[in-house]
Amino acid sequence: MASDLEVAPAIATRREEATGFFQRMVSKGLGWARKNSLWQYPFVTACCGMEYMSVSSARYDIARFGAEVPRFSPRQADLLLVVGTVNCKQAPILKRVYEQMSEPKWVIAFGVCASSGGFYDNYATVQGIDHVIPVDVYVPGCPPRPEQVLDGLMLLQRKIANQQHKLIDRGALPVLGGDHKGRP
Amino acid sequence: MSKAVIEALAARFPGDVYEPYEGVGGDDAIFVRKSEIARVCKFLKTEPAMAFHMAPYITAVDYLGLEPRFEIVYNLLSTTQNHRVRLRVKVSESDLEVPTVTGVWRGADWFERYCLDMYGIRFKGHPDPRRLLMYDEFVGHPLRKDYPLRGRQPLVPERDIQDIYRGPGPDGRD
Amino acid sequence: MATESHGMGGLDPQATPGSRGAGEHDRPFEGQHHARGYEGPLDAPLRGKQMVVNLGPSHPAMHGVTRAVVALEGETIVEMKLDIGFLHRGFEKSCENLTWGQAFPYTDRLNYVSAILNNVGYALAVEKLCKIDVPLRSKYLRVVTGELHRICDHLTLVAAMGLELGAMTVFLYGVEARDLLYDRLTEICGARLTSNYVRVGGVSRDAPEGWTEKTLQTLARVAELRETIDKLLTRNRIFMDRTKGTGVISREDALDFGFTGPCLRATGEPYDVRKAAPYLVYDRIDFDIPVGSKGDNYDRFLMRMEELRQSERIVKQCFQQMEPGDIVIEDFRFVLPPKPLVYGTIEGVMAHFKLIMEGIKVPPGEAYSYTEAANGELGFYVVSDGGGRPYKLGLRAPGWPMLAAIPHMTKGALLSDLVPTYDSINMIGGEVEQ
Repeated sequence: MASDLEVAPAIATRREEATGFFQRMVSKGLGWARKNSLWQYPFVTACCGMEYMSVSSARYDIARFGAEVPRFSPRQADLLLVVGTVNCKQAPILKRVYEQMSEPKWVIAFGVCASSGGFYDNYATVQGIDHVIPVDVYVPGCPPRPEQVLDGLMLLQRKIANQQHKLIDRGALPVLGGDHKGRP
Repeated sequence: MSKAVIEALAARFPGDVYEPYEGVGGDDAIFVRKSEIARVCKFLKTEPAMAFHMAPYITAVDYLGLEPRFEIVYNLLSTTQNHRVRLRVKVSESDLEVPTVTGVWRGADWFERYCLDMYGIRFKGHPDPRRLLMYDEFVGHPLRKDYPLRGRQPLVPERDIQDIYRGPGPDGRD
Repeated sequence: MATESHGMGGLDPQATPGSRGAGEHDRPFEGQHHARGYEGPLDAPLRGKQMVVNLGPSHPAMHGVTRAVVALEGETIVEMKLDIGFLHRGFEKSCENLTWGQAFPYTDRLNYVSAILNNVGYALAVEKLCKIDVPLRSKYLRVVTGELHRICDHLTLVAAMGLELGAMTVFLYGVEARDLLYDRLTEICGARLTSNYVRVGGVSRDAPEGWTEKTLQTLARVAELRETIDKLLTRNRIFMDRTKGTGVISREDALDFGFTGPCLRATGEPYDVRKAAPYLVYDRIDFDIPVGSKGDNYDRFLMRMEELRQSERIVKQCFQQMEPGDIVIEDFRFVLPPKPLVYGTIEGVMAHFKLIMEGIKVPPGEAYSYTEAANGELGFYVVSDGGGRPYKLGLRAPGWPMLAAIPHMTKGALLSDLVPTYDSINMIGGEVEQ
């Protein structure tokens, strides 16, 4: 990478990001446990729901990745799978469901309508759910093949494994911006 | 196909229906005056030779630039007599009230709410005149020709997104 | 269905022993959970308050996104209001800003479980306005792929119905059968679900080598899975108790609401667009139409199972009758010319350029064309002003009247009867909310 030349030598370590041996082991263990047992909340709206049905079924098995259980309550889920188009009427509901989930939580935007609005660039559709909630992995496709979804899930698993996990997390919760009524 | 229906209509309501024509593919259609549409539909449903028991497909078209601007189209079907007919009602922008046909067919209810929501055409006597597909805070009628295609009215304040990281590394793809 | 007429005195010899169909009397405590099942005012419990429950838009049983606000008294639904529009994607307004050919992917996503049937309906509407007739082989290909997608639609309904009533194995069998058909459809269309296969003037691709033999083998395997599902569900006591007698609608009411398709035929009205006004090659093919009698959820389920068998019959006959030939008409005003002509002749280049840049020029006028989609009559009301873009593209969704009639069908029923009713009408969000 060209930008390596401008950066200071690689030995510099920032103190607040330094983790000790035990913290690192705990983080890796928690990361492994969390990535292999993702409980999904399938926020299914449209055509991608059919591919979601295929992904959860016997042929393209999502259960091999540990993500089999759909939990229809946001309190019990940690992966919000936004499947299909989200339009302006549905956006407040999506935001509320996301806020009701407890940390740690991840979001996969399944399909191109959830990632960027798809080809519905009109008065009714939100151009990508990242205008409403933060997204971890975008899976494009209209609808994406089940293998593509599994690829996205594996990418998310890699991301989870590399994140910092703590047993007791006293950091402040991220604020989405605005209160729950949608006022800034 | 359904010439007999058109002729019976013209005979029964001489002043209220006008310009019968045959469209492409053999569709028979006729224009109906706005105030009489409920009576015409009641006749078409109850008369045994017509037997249009099935609730029709009601939609509206916006002919921006023409006067009258809107047109409501009723596509009727009879399952027992196996014929179809199309009724067209011209509605001008200054007078957007049309009598409802929900008294004739209960299924016309949602179709008329759709016309209200998308075009702004009101139906007098409708049991539940609210918007159907758009949310209540939406201002305007989207399917009118002068409503912009991308006129979004977001309910939730939209965040601006930082660029997502696409480079090499453990979380990237390469 | 014929199952009710066998046996004597209303007894069904094939009924599960111990159930009502086998002649067992009503069990003594049944009906006591209904608010109206009591003998006198002294027996009735204290009246409670009406509870209003919101079955919100993001709900597993709401098949996509519909919001139902239900007023309950105990477990009985007193009144129900539906709130839709959570999937409104602006199909009609989007299509007014595209060319006629570019609207095909949008029509795919209307009834997304049986996309080719929507494509065919739209293409027939445009061809009606243009007054063109497609070649014979493309008609057969449209019918074959359309019927394969109809099988997928009915399989999805049967699988979802099993899943929501607790039979998850049926869901896995149904989705496996659907995946097998999707493999065949991928070979011919390029995509599993949203096929974008039909064009104005024909179809886009011909069937590859050996496709018909592979499809016949796939259909045999799908038939095995279908028979397994039949054995698991059709005489299953739990399934029958939950679906028989629930979600009942009479024939007059069904017509009044505008039902079409299998839901209308389940009430006893034998109307099918493929027989009443045959289009494409349905007049050359011999198939039956199942007609029910009671209009409840069980009848609607049996309609779908029987239509699965009939669709397979249609596909087999089409394969026997199909001959090699053209798949698009030769007219370059509507169809892209083949590449040798585009690169070789001036007319080919000009035709290609005009079609890509400006789209098909459809003569001004209006037309309403109707086909039998998997769910009922799919109608497209097309208005053209003579240019390359639709002036108005109105859609008559088959699921729309059925969804509007749900409050009527579930009045006075238990809350758990709402689930099989919602399943059996096959409300697909994409087409109802356009």
